Amino acid sequence: MADTVLESRPDLNLDVVRDEIGDVRTEEMLVNMGPQHPSTHGVLRIVLRTDGEMVLEAVPHIGYLHRCAEKIGENVAPYQYIPYTDRMDYLAGMNNNLAFSLAIEALTGLEVPKRAQVIRVIFAEMNRIASHLVSMGAYGLDMGAFTPFLYAFRERERILDLFEASCGARLTYSYITIGGVTDDVPERFIDVCREYLDYFEPKIAEYNNLLSFNHIFVKRTANVGIISAEKAINWGLSGPSLRGSGVKWDLRKVHPDCGYDEYDFDIPVGQGLKGQLGDCWDRYFVRIQEMQQSVRIVRQALDKLAGTPGEYKHKSGKSVKLPKDEIYYEIEGARGQLGFFIQGDGSQIPYRVKARGPSYCNLSITNEVVKDCLLADVPAIIGSIDVVMGEVDR
Amino acid sequence: MTIEGIANLLKEKFPDAGIEARLESRHPHVIVKPEHWLTVAEFLRNDPQLKFDWLRCITGVDYIEDKQLAAIYDFHSTQRPAQSDGLWSARGELSVKVLAPRDNPMVPSVCHLWGAADWHERETYDLVGINFQNHPDSVDDLNGRHPRRILCPDDWQGHPLQKDYEFPLEYHGIPAVTEFGQTRPLHG
Repeated sequence: MADTVLESRPDLNLDVVRDEIGDVRTEEMLVNMGPQHPSTHGVLRIVLRTDGEMVLEAVPHIGYLHRCAEKIGENVAPYQYIPYTDRMDYLAGMNNNLAFSLAIEALTGLEVPKRAQVIRVIFAEMNRIASHLVSMGAYGLDMGAFTPFLYAFRERERILDLFEASCGARLTYSYITIGGVTDDVPERFIDVCREYLDYFEPKIAEYNNLLSFNHIFVKRTANVGIISAEKAINWGLSGPSLRGSGVKWDLRKVHPDCGYDEYDFDIPVGQGLKGQLGDCWDRYFVRIQEMQQSVRIVRQALDKLAGTPGEYKHKSGKSVKLPKDEIYYEIEGARGQLGFFIQGDGSQIPYRVKARGPSYCNLSITNEVVKDCLLADVPAIIGSIDVVMGEVDR
Repeated sequence: MTIEGIANLLKEKFPDAGIEARLESRHPHVIVKPEHWLTVAEFLRNDPQLKFDWLRCITGVDYIEDKQLAAIYDFHSTQRPAQSDGLWSARGELSVKVLAPRDNPMVPSVCHLWGAADWHERETYDLVGINFQNHPDSVDDLNGRHPRRILCPDDWQGHPLQKDYEFPLEYHGIPAVTEFGQTRPLHG
């Protein structure tokens, strides 16, 4: 048995070419996926027109979670609206608070103290890590890997503890507010946060060994749901879903706000490492690499925070009057570009508030990607886009 | 190219379209009439100098005092880096306001130019009531031909973000309660 070779690195793409010869002609069938389906990440319903195992068309139906967030925005003052932004993308509340606060500040010309800017960066990046952890864990779950989810939640728990110590809430923070943040960071925050980063950083390699390079996981996600760079831009994709297609675009670099230009970090993009550029695995892996970069940013911001004493909030944040003007402001949230359009009319209450959620735009490409895929690939594609329905439906 | 440059280029290219520029705003934009929007949009998308390839957002606003509904388009034009591993940058940013009369709010759809317009136009019809003509996902019903609703149910009546919208007190036998019995929230 000398010629037996144990292949240590099997060719992952061996059976990717799907053989259609010998397939039996089947009838078309409509399959309703959702709104109660574990891999639709909330109340998303997709009507799939299928032929056997092939999906011919996918029509997403949304709106099950519509809570009239924009209508509410026309009836409350900006600082009262902050808690509503938490409930849009409930996995990245800090980023939502930040986007809305920055939009109001840009409209009214409110200056944010230096210390508040540093605190904002720390919390936005920590929340990005927490959000990507849920995304990663849930994606593993969709692909049949249960354990990474538990590890992801173990690490996320400690981030939520840090948030809780700072603002009292674990999910709907309303911590970043107009003119700064609601309170200064608690005592020993810098040390505890550093301790956490030291604990967390090696875990990323652990996730890679456990999930990212897992043979079954790669088989399920590589070469599935390929989105080209042109298509991604045309459909308004942003965040990891756009960068997965190899587009090195990040608003933190393009239009740095909160002093992001003072931090040193890289923008990870998809490279087609396990299959074709822009597949589900690329989008997933961008998030893993982004966690690493967020750790880098938070480390620098903690150093900066120690050397930046002063106010954490502008005094008139609660009483801003909106001029008769308008603004459209976007930031790089955890899922992509989160934008707010605000029209003022001279009073304290906005005339119009519009939220541009990244999940909403990212989800609109579904039919383009899902058609002509296998039915079993649909959860892989939806999971790799990483939607939060609270933000899609607002 | 700066927004002033783009505004001048558009005025030069479409002298009859009555294009106005509002550059003093914190959200500098150009105003285009609905009947000219399709040709202007094609120019913005395809002109080699401009190439606005990324439609970021469409916002609908009801300017009830001016008897107008506005569709506000925000664009980015992306610039590929010279090296393949370099950062992409924004070549330009532009906002366009298309003002349609409130009694007949018809605006041509631009879904064939930007895929992203699909859901944004459906949402703007649903909440603000701007009817995008020739939208690929349109339906015919008592209100005529219009894009399919997206956030509200298909049989919903009215457009909730119009300023004179009356909150319904009943939907399919489900009673609704409004604060202090008020059916129209107070704005401002």
